[in-house]
Amino acid sequence: MTKADIVERIHQKIGLTKKESAEMVESVFSIIKSTLENGEKIKIAGFGNFVVKQKADRRGRNPQTGETITITARRILTFKPSQVLKSAINSDIEAA
Amino acid sequence: MTKSELIEKMVETHNMTLNLKTSELLVNTVFDSIEEALCSGDKVEIRGFGSFTIRERNGRDARNPKSGEVVPIPPKKAPFFKTGKELKERVNV
Repeated sequence: MTKADIVERIHQKIGLTKKESAEMVESVFSIIKSTLENGEKIKIAGFGNFVVKQKADRRGRNPQTGETITITARRILTFKPSQVLKSAINSDIEAA
Repeated sequence: MTKSELIEKMVETHNMTLNLKTSELLVNTVFDSIEEALCSGDKVEIRGFGSFTIRERNGRDARNPKSGEVVPIPPKKAPFFKTGKELKERVNV
């Protein structure tokens, strides 16, 4: 599934034009991205949380040459799925 | 930012197109679509944002730390998010 499929769903469900639907979906992700860029987390109830984490410097190794290198400090994005989403994905197993 | 704040922000930004009710339906539809795709085993790719896939976790035997009893944990599926290139770079400042 891609953004185009989500746009199609929005178009059918809300009755916005395809162009408007595309703009709205683009805007949802754009707001989420700017918020995360500012270091703020995004909490979507029933889906999960997107959290920006600060990682410290650490020593790593180039697996090909064995050379020790420093992996610089950085900010990364993590997604923690909600219990609801995890259960939904496993529902076919639980039902069986 | 919570989902309701995102819904409100969408209304503020697009007050000619959306009201609170349609904005709520819109945001819910976005995340419901992703969830449904994942439940049917499909992966979801959002350009510039990231992709959602399902990872299979093997079953294992764990131990109840209190009683010492061995508890089998069955195999399960876990949702996994891989951050897209653009967002990865924007977050890392």
